[in-house]
Amino acid sequence: MIQGRIPYRSVLLVLFAIALGSIPLWAPRFWIYIATQALIFAIFAMSLDLLVGYAGLPSFGHAAFYGVGAYACALLALGHVDGLVPLLLAGAIIAGLAALPIGALSLRTSGIYFLMLTLAFAQMLWGLAVNWTSLTRGTDGLIGIPRPTFPGLDALNITLYDRGPFFILCLLIAIAVFVFLEALARSPFGKTLEGIRENDRRMRALGFPTFRYRLAAFVAAGAVAGISGALAAMANGFATPDLLYWTVSGMGLIAVVVGGSRSFVGPLLGAFVVLVAQLGLSTYLDRWELVLGALFIVFVLFLPRGLVGLVRRA
Amino acid sequence: MDVLNLAHGSFYMIGAYAAYTVVTATHNFWLALLVTPVLLAALGAVLELVFFRRLYRHGHLTQVLMTFGFTLVFVDLIRSRFGPATKSIPPPAGLDGAVHLLGATFSAYSLFVLGVAAVVGALLVIGWRISRVGMVLRAGVADKEMAGLLGIDLPRVFTLTFAFGSALAGLAGVIAAPEFAIYPGMDANVLILALVVVVIGGLGSIEGALLGAAVIGLGYVIGSTLVPQFAIGLIFAVMAAVLVIRPSGLLGRRS
Repeated sequence: MIQGRIPYRSVLLVLFAIALGSIPLWAPRFWIYIATQALIFAIFAMSLDLLVGYAGLPSFGHAAFYGVGAYACALLALGHVDGLVPLLLAGAIIAGLAALPIGALSLRTSGIYFLMLTLAFAQMLWGLAVNWTSLTRGTDGLIGIPRPTFPGLDALNITLYDRGPFFILCLLIAIAVFVFLEALARSPFGKTLEGIRENDRRMRALGFPTFRYRLAAFVAAGAVAGISGALAAMANGFATPDLLYWTVSGMGLIAVVVGGSRSFVGPLLGAFVVLVAQLGLSTYLDRWELVLGALFIVFVLFLPRGLVGLVRRA
Repeated sequence: MDVLNLAHGSFYMIGAYAAYTVVTATHNFWLALLVTPVLLAALGAVLELVFFRRLYRHGHLTQVLMTFGFTLVFVDLIRSRFGPATKSIPPPAGLDGAVHLLGATFSAYSLFVLGVAAVVGALLVIGWRISRVGMVLRAGVADKEMAGLLGIDLPRVFTLTFAFGSALAGLAGVIAAPEFAIYPGMDANVLILALVVVVIGGLGSIEGALLGAAVIGLGYVIGSTLVPQFAIGLIFAVMAAVLVIRPSGLLGRRS
C-alpha cells in the first residue's frame, strides 16, 4: 500500500521545493518576504507537530523555544559572534536546554494539564523577557541584529543581507529539518513515540522508559523551534517579547491543525496558509485579527483533520 | 465540565469593559454589577449552544484551538470599539475611602472585593458539594453516559453551567474594573494566572482553586515587595514546586 505512494509523494515534494526555490527569480520583493517568514514559521510548526501529532503531547507553550532561540541568536550576534552555523546551533542548543526543565516538569502531567502547564511556562518566559530589561531591553526588544556570514559566500559575491539568498538559506534549512523530522518519525524512536501516544501503560510494560522518550521528543522539538527562532531573529533584525507571546504558540497549533497533524507536510502547508492569511489580511484590513480568529473557528468546526485530511479522505 | 475555555479571560475582559461602559454612561457602579453578569451569561449560553457544544466529543486540543480563535475575535472587537488605550473607572461612592482596621489602613473597596470573593467562594463550595445542581454536574463529568441514562438532561445542565461560569467571569471583570487597569490584553493576563491557580489547586476542585488563588495571591504580593522584577517568576517557581510534589495539584484527585 505504501510502496506505490512514496515516489508519488516525494516527487510532489521535490517539485514543491523547486517551485519555492524559484521564487527569488520571478516574485516581487514583498512575496519573497512573505515566503521567507512562512518558511521560518513552517519549521516552527513542523517541530510542534513532532509533539502534537507523533508524541500526542498538545503543547501550548512552544513559542517559548522559538523566543529563546531568537534571543540566544540575537544576544550572541550583538555580542559580535559571527557565523551562520554557530548562531543556529546556539539557538538550537539553548532552546533545547530551556526545554529540558520545562519538559521534565510539564511531562509529570498529561492531557489538559500538560497543555495548561506548557502555556503557563511559556508565559513565564514572556514575562521574563519583558521584565529582565538589563538583558533583553524589555518591550523595546533587541534591535539591529546583524545577519551572519558564511564561509565561501563572500567569494561568490553573495550576502545574506539580500532577500533572495536569505530566502534560499531558509528553504535549505527547512528542507533539512523536514528530512530530519521525517527520518526521526520513521525511526524506531518515532515508532516508539507513537506507541507511547497510543498506549503508555503497555509500552511501559514492554520495558520502554516512556517518560524519557517523551522528554527526548520535547527537547528535540524545542531545539528545532530554537533554530526557527534564530532564523526569525536574523530575518527581522530584532527580537522582542512578542516572539514568546502565547498567540505565537496558538498560531503554531493552528498551522498544525489547519494543515493536518501526523505528517510534516501538513504543518508545512498549514504554516503557509496561516502566515499568508495573517500577512495578507493585516495588509488590507484593520480588523484582521478578528477575521483570522473567525477563520480558525470555522476551520476547527468543519475541518478538524486539516487540509491533509481532506486529501486523505478523497 | 472538563472543557478548557481560553475565552474565559475574554469574558472577564468583556465584563470589565461592560462595567466601564455602564459607569461612564450612568455613573452607577451597582447597575453595572447587576447587568454585566446577566449579559455575560447570555453570551456564554449562546456560544455554548452554537459552538462549544459540538466540541465535547473532540479532544481538548480542538476545544483549545476554537476558544483561541474566540480570544482573537473578542480582543479585536474590544480594541475596535474602545481603542488600545488603558481605561479606568472610580470605585463606587461610599467605597472610595479608607478604613482603619486592626491598626492598618485598607481601602474600603479592597475590603468590599474581599467580601464579595468570600461570599461567591462560599456559595460555590456549598453549591458544588451540597446542592442538587452540583451533584448532577459532578455526575455528568464523571460519567456522561450513565448520567444521561438516569434521565438527566445533560446538554441543558452544561449550557446552564457554561452560562453561569461566564457570568462569574463577567462579575470578576466588573469587580476588578475600579481596582485594576482596563485594557485589551487583560484577558491573557488573567487567563494565565487563572490557569496557574487551577493547576496548583487541582483540576475539578473548587476548594483547590480557592486555595491556589490564596497561594498565588500571597506569593505575588510578597514577590512584588521582595523582587519586583521577578514576581511573576516566583509564582511559577511555586507552581513548579507544587507539581514536583503533587502532580495533580494540592487538592486534586490522583489520576
